[in-house]
Formats: sequence, C-alpha cells, structure tokens
Amino acid sequence: MNIIEEEKVLLEGLAKEDKQSIEKIYREHYNMVQSFVTNNNGTSDDAADIFQDLMIVLFEKARSGNLELHCQLKTYIYAVSRRLWLKKLTQAQRFAQSDVEHMEEVASVEEDVETHEKRQNDFTLMETAMSKIGEPCKSLLEAYYVQKKQMQAIAADFGYTNADNAKTQKYKCLVRLKKLFFAQYKNAE
Amino acid sequence: MEDVLLIDAVERFVNGEMTPQEKIYFEDLRKNNPELDQAVVEHLFFLNEMNSYGATKNFKHSLHEVQTKLANEGFVFCAPVVGKTKLVQLWNKYKKTVAVAASIAGVVSLFIASVVSAVAKKDPTNTTLLVNKVDAVAVKNAQIERKLNKLEADANAEAKKPMIQSKFNGTGFLIDVNNNYIITNAHVAMEAKNQLIVENKKGDQFEAHAVYVDQQRDIAILQIKDKSFKKLAPIPFQIRKSSAYLGEHIYMLGFPKKEIVYGEGYVSARNGHNMDTLFCQLSTTANAGSSGSPVIAKNGDLIGILTSKEPNTQGVIYAIKSVNILRAIEDAKKIDANASIKITAAPGLKGLKREDQIEKMENYVFMIKGN
Repeated sequence: MNIIEEEKVLLEGLAKEDKQSIEKIYREHYNMVQSFVTNNNGTSDDAADIFQDLMIVLFEKARSGNLELHCQLKTYIYAVSRRLWLKKLTQAQRFAQSDVEHMEEVASVEEDVETHEKRQNDFTLMETAMSKIGEPCKSLLEAYYVQKKQMQAIAADFGYTNADNAKTQKYKCLVRLKKLFFAQYKNAE
Repeated sequence: MEDVLLIDAVERFVNGEMTPQEKIYFEDLRKNNPELDQAVVEHLFFLNEMNSYGATKNFKHSLHEVQTKLANEGFVFCAPVVGKTKLVQLWNKYKKTVAVAASIAGVVSLFIASVVSAVAKKDPTNTTLLVNKVDAVAVKNAQIERKLNKLEADANAEAKKPMIQSKFNGTGFLIDVNNNYIITNAHVAMEAKNQLIVENKKGDQFEAHAVYVDQQRDIAILQIKDKSFKKLAPIPFQIRKSSAYLGEHIYMLGFPKKEIVYGEGYVSARNGHNMDTLFCQLSTTANAGSSGSPVIAKNGDLIGILTSKEPNTQGVIYAIKSVNILRAIEDAKKIDANASIKITAAPGLKGLKREDQIEKMENYVFMIKGN
C-alpha cells in the first residue's frame, strides 16, 4: 500500500469513529502540532485543544465522504492546525499582525476550516436545543439518534409498554426539538 | 398531530421502510403539494443535522477515550524539546528589557507589599477545612449512647466488629483498583497520628496508610493494605484534565455522617478563595466530614475534590481542580515505592441517569477515619 492509500484507510477509519485510527493519528502527528503551537506563543494545553479541533475537522471531512486531501495527511494536518491556531491567536489578540506573514501558507485549507466552523456552530445549536428540551425527551432522542439503539430496546429501557408507544413519544419529542432548533437557527442567521 | 404523522412518513421514506406503492403515493403528494414538500425538505435537513450531531458526539467520545488512554501512558504530556530553542532565542533577544522590567517590578512590589502588610488587618480565618474533628465531650456522649443502645440490643446480641476510637472523619475515593490507592485531602490524612482506617458504605473497615502527602495541593494518596478488601471493577469515572465549566452542574458523595450523603450544586467560579487557581468555587452545601469528597460533573467526569468552605458565608464551597490529582500522582510516582499507581478507569457514568450514576459511584467512596 502506498502512502496515499494508507492515509485513505485511516480517514475511512475516522469516519467510522474507529479508536485505533484516532490513536494512530495522535501518535504520528501530535508532536508536530505541539511544536508548532508551543513555538508560536502557545502552551501545551493550547496544543491539545488545537489538535482536538483538528481531529474533528478531519472527522467531518471523512464523514462527508470527502477523502481527497490534495496533499499528504501530514501537510494537511499542519496547514489546518496552523489556520486554527492563527484564528485563536487573533481572537485572543495575543498576536502582532506582522507575525502572520512570516508563516508561509503550505496548503489551502481555508474552506475546510470555514466549513468546520459552521458545523461546530450547528453542533452547538443542537446541543443547546437538546439541553433545553428536558427529560425524558433528551435521553430518548439521544438513545435513538446518538447511541443508535433499536426502538424495541428503547421501549424496554424507558418503560414504555411497546415499541410503538416509544416511537410516538420520540416523534413528539422530535417536533419539540425541531422547534427549539429552528428558533435558534433562524436567530443565528 | 399532523407534524407527528409527517415525521413518521419522512423517516420511513428516508429509511426505505415504505412499500413501493406508498412511496409512489408519497412522492405524488409532494409534487402536488408544495407546502408538504417544503416541510419534507425542512425535516430532511433537520434529520441530517441530527445525524451529524449524533456522529460528532460519538466521535468526541471516542476521541476523549483515546486522549485518556494516551495521557495515562504519559504520551500527550511530553513537551517537545524543539519548543525550547525558540524560547532561548526570545530570551536572548529580550534579556535586557526583562531585566529592567523585573527590577522595576521588584521595587514596586516590595513597596506595595510593605504598604499592604502595614494597612491590612491580619485575617487568621482563611477558609474552613471540612474535616470533622470529634471533641472529647462528644466522644463521651456517643460512648454513653452506644452503651445504652447496646444494653437495649443485648437481647439480640449481635456480634459487632471492633470499632476503632476515631478522632476525625473525612472522605476519600478509589482511583486504582489494582493496588487500591485512594485520594483524599492532605489535611484529612494528616489528622491520623496512629491509625488510618477507610470504611466503605456498608461499614466494613480496612486499614490504610498514606503513601504520599502533597500539602501544597492538599492532596494525599492512601493505600489499603488490608487483604480482606475485595477488588472492585475499574473506576467508572474519568478524571478531567481541563477545568470545570462555569455553571456546570455537579454532585458530590461524602461522609459528613455515618452514612453516605449526596449533595448537588453548580460551579460558581473558576478560582478559589483569593483567586487561588488550584481551586474552583462551588455553590452547594457541605459539612465537616465532606473533605475529600469526589465532585462529579453531569457527564460523569470527576472535576474536583471538595476541600473547604468560606467561613461565615453560606453555600460557598471550594474544591481542588481535578488536574491537580493527575499532577500529584505524577509527583508521587517519582518515589519508587509508588511507581505502580495507575488510574484504572473504565468510564461508565456517561449517559446514565443520576440515580444510576450514584449507585455505581458509591462503591468507590470511603469514609476516612483514624486516631
């Protein structure tokens, strides 16, 4: 297997939330990102945060079926971490404008980082909506959509007499969640 | 109700559960009714968002597990050497500026310190530590009461375990089920001059000893020596490396009395008394004996150790941030005898109802007593 194929397999693993793939990427690339961040006004805690964001960018990319990085994984990771870190520095205003120019652009990842920000935003909106909806709706919807449990098992867990009852309850919850979500979504636009 | 019917139809449509006839009918309906079509499109979008949310949440969970695993191996923490070269460069560049700045800062701070110490009143009451010291009178009363009870219960003549004469009590929790290491406050462990006992929720007592006391962080590591202590399953919580979120809901389990007591509250400030960064501030209630209680966040992460409270103020409680546990363990492991300390976690609280979390947790929380 050549490098490109190997990296493709790794990304496919990420899309399936496979822990081994996550671990492999950590082991191979974490130090590079850490050096970069700590050499540019960051602490190792900052580096850990940036790497976590980077992993989510990779995951989102892999999950959307877009496995073409147009460059080696290493280069891609470097470019994305760099973008993420610069964004964070500018936000915290720890950064003099002139320093940005000193770090050369290695791969064009602007678009990916922007998509990531939008998705993060949506994720937060959904999380807020979920936190507002209350129990048992929250657990019920999480059991179905996050933990992917079968309706039968959910009915048993939540003490509904049968799967159909649980399903009706789930639909009612979903309608409420949808209202909460779209109310915020439209506000955010 | 119409909404519910629509969602049902859309979900069956997406999951391919419709019969071919139904499908044709449904698609026809969409074509002829733009309003319905709009609702379907909207719901499809929402379902898509919901699925991304689920997937991202699962991925974050996996990510968290890998991070914990690597952190336990000491991987993520190893700071690269490369980082230092830049520092050296910066140092060389700004040496002079730093020297001037430092001397000015030194003079100013000396001046301020002298002014402050001259003006400020001495405040001996810092924070009240929550270890429960039993005074002699109370012991005597308890003894009399116990004797009375014993006389009453004599008819049943129950064989009781010999109780030790305890002079204090606090709380602690297990972190290593292989070698039975327990975390508590240093100020709790240091109360024990002769004997140190840990007691589980059933009242079984086991002899223990302190293997590491970190007074700076107010953390002590105890080990149960007793062979009769039965090995437990890996601890169900994870020790959080990052700080707790402001407003995050938390709960605690501790032993302010002879049985385990549950308490809940929220994180009310990021730092402790006088902006002490080792601590965070909780809004809850706690009593003497709660020192050393684990503070657990809603998702099952351990975020701190309950330690002290603000005297004369109700509901202001301080907890040591959980990252300090990890740091104390790192320091403890530098002593050869403690090299085997390892946090044996199999996080299992996440997603459980509070009552179920507590049921799992209580087995790992102990009363710490002694004399």
